[in-house]
Amino acid sequence: MNAASLAPLAVVLPFLGAAFAFILIRRPVAQRTVAITTLALTLSVELLMLWSAWTQGVQAVFLGGWVPPFGISLVVDELSSLMLVISSAVSLAVLVYASGQGMADGDEDGPISIFHPTYLILVAGVSNAFLTGDLFNLYVGFEILLTASYVLMTMGGTGPRVRAGVTYVVVSVISSMLFLLSIAMIYAATGTINMADLAVKLAELDDSTQMILHLMLVVAFGIKAAVFPLSFWLPDSYPTAPAPVTAVFAGLLTKVGVYALIRTETLLFPGDRINTFLMIIALLTMVVGILGALAQIDIKRMLSFTLVSHIGYMVFGLAMSSVVGLGSTMYYVAHHITVQTSLFLVAGLIERRGGTSNMDRLGGMAKLSPLLAILYFVPAMNLAGIPPFSGFLGKLGLLQGGVDLATPVSYTLVIGSVVTSLLTLMAMARVWNRAFWRTPEDAEHPDPVLLASKPDGSTLRTSKYVTDKPTGRFSGRGTIHLLPKSMVGATMGLVALGVALTVFAGPLFQLSDQGARAMLERTPYIEAVLGTGAVQGVEQ
Amino acid sequence: MTVNITLLVVMGVLVAVGVYLILERSLTRVMLGLMMLANGANILLLATGGAAGLAPLYDADIPAGEYNDPLPQALILTSIVISFAVTAFMLGIIYRSWVLGRQDEVQDDIEDRRVANQPSFDAEDDTAIPVETTEFVTPEDADERPAAPKTRVRGQE
Repeated sequence: MNAASLAPLAVVLPFLGAAFAFILIRRPVAQRTVAITTLALTLSVELLMLWSAWTQGVQAVFLGGWVPPFGISLVVDELSSLMLVISSAVSLAVLVYASGQGMADGDEDGPISIFHPTYLILVAGVSNAFLTGDLFNLYVGFEILLTASYVLMTMGGTGPRVRAGVTYVVVSVISSMLFLLSIAMIYAATGTINMADLAVKLAELDDSTQMILHLMLVVAFGIKAAVFPLSFWLPDSYPTAPAPVTAVFAGLLTKVGVYALIRTETLLFPGDRINTFLMIIALLTMVVGILGALAQIDIKRMLSFTLVSHIGYMVFGLAMSSVVGLGSTMYYVAHHITVQTSLFLVAGLIERRGGTSNMDRLGGMAKLSPLLAILYFVPAMNLAGIPPFSGFLGKLGLLQGGVDLATPVSYTLVIGSVVTSLLTLMAMARVWNRAFWRTPEDAEHPDPVLLASKPDGSTLRTSKYVTDKPTGRFSGRGTIHLLPKSMVGATMGLVALGVALTVFAGPLFQLSDQGARAMLERTPYIEAVLGTGAVQGVEQ
Repeated sequence: MTVNITLLVVMGVLVAVGVYLILERSLTRVMLGLMMLANGANILLLATGGAAGLAPLYDADIPAGEYNDPLPQALILTSIVISFAVTAFMLGIIYRSWVLGRQDEVQDDIEDRRVANQPSFDAEDDTAIPVETTEFVTPEDADERPAAPKTRVRGQE
């Protein structure tokens, strides 16, 4: 028995958990337990799969016993299993954070009770998208996670969320329609939608047809991955959602798009047909994104712009189509999921402690909560690529790949990456200077909670001594914890995971290089699905 | 593979109408546009199945070429279900938007406007830091420097 036969569990377990959580909708504690247990189980199954992919290479399982290319196959390789493990670990941390928030605020009923089932369905959709070896099933995976994300995005149905939700839904549906249209065209051209089979058959088409199909897929996935100029929806819609939701969206959803781009570029349409084009797009994504980030005053919006900007690095690595570039991209995606999610969780904590996420109105947080300052500082430096953190290692790999390539465009990209990295540092330092370092008195109209202290002068832990307006967020809710242990603990866990990516960078790079080599070779994937001997027609 | 020109023309019209409607500002029209687009995609999928044939129920006497291709129909069925769910959600959210704001239009992002209109001068980042060339400033020199709001000259406090 190989661990790939566990692959369906990664999708089925969250779905079952969602069903149970839905039954327990009136019992919040039980619901929370079910959700967290489910994700922990899923994570352990995925760790087994990662180990198996690491030691034995690509494996496939055929659902319902249909022989490929008929039926749906799930494929476990280094890329998909690494993505699964990181995404499940991150979503587990975010779930603990969200549950902690729910418990601390005591809002046990109301529309929030659909949070847990919807969240688990989102995880199932993400797992399905990472695992599937079938183009239409990838579309279904996307739709599962998108439909769940529509619900999470508009949770509570307040004015700003509805406004942001409308944009988000329309843009997502348009990208899905483009994807569906390209699936139809690919099926018309080749007569198959199995990705391994497509890898063989697409190469037989004439070049202009390939080009059209290739570009349609790139545009469809580019919208989902928020690649410039298809990225404008993201900073508009993400920041209005609740903090844990934004965090998990930022970590996972765009990365599913990046994952799909990687598969398109390596498995379906290998070669360097649009590599230069992708590199220019990557440069624009980086620079335009980070310049947008520098203009923002709201921390969550600023983070959304850095998210767009750093997608550029992944596209850069992908466009090199070399082992170094692709391997670094794999590592960078893992790093970025962890770090970006932890930054959004910290932004949620800042908002909770300081009363706002507007950095002009914040100040003195380093003194109010040194732990929070550390929790911000570590991932912020990590994102900016300061040694010795994982962001530095990932960027180093990308720069090395760019220099190895030694074309004018790749050198421009190398310079662009370094500049973007410096500008990221600047954006991070702006938040640090304002929210953490200066005194609260320097802030413009600071929230009462920033200035309040206990009668004996020590710092606040709960909202007990805050004198709030009757319409304020603390009124009529009793005493609530400003920084509940479960929320801080979940954030700490995620920051620690980010640091662990640095500590275990050696083995991880080994894994990602091995994965990149297999992906560029393509035969392991195709043979795992179609059986040995299916690759005679494949050009290397 | 035979291609049915009628299906393709219908698909083209649906997609064109869909794109036109999506570009409107009214949310209901946008939703209708997305439905058109989804139906266009479904019809394209149907067209990929080739000419109509027999129902794909296996019979040993019928040669393989006479069956209809069942796969596109399975795909269409899935995509109809998905677009049904999305349409229902969109209707809900449009109704919510109407309840909240009494308008059926795409609304502007206020924060976007604010960021676009903010002055490029930022008091925190861009205030010029006054130059201090020496630590030993005579009282007369210090008086001649009015434009130093935040500078504290050592020895004067």
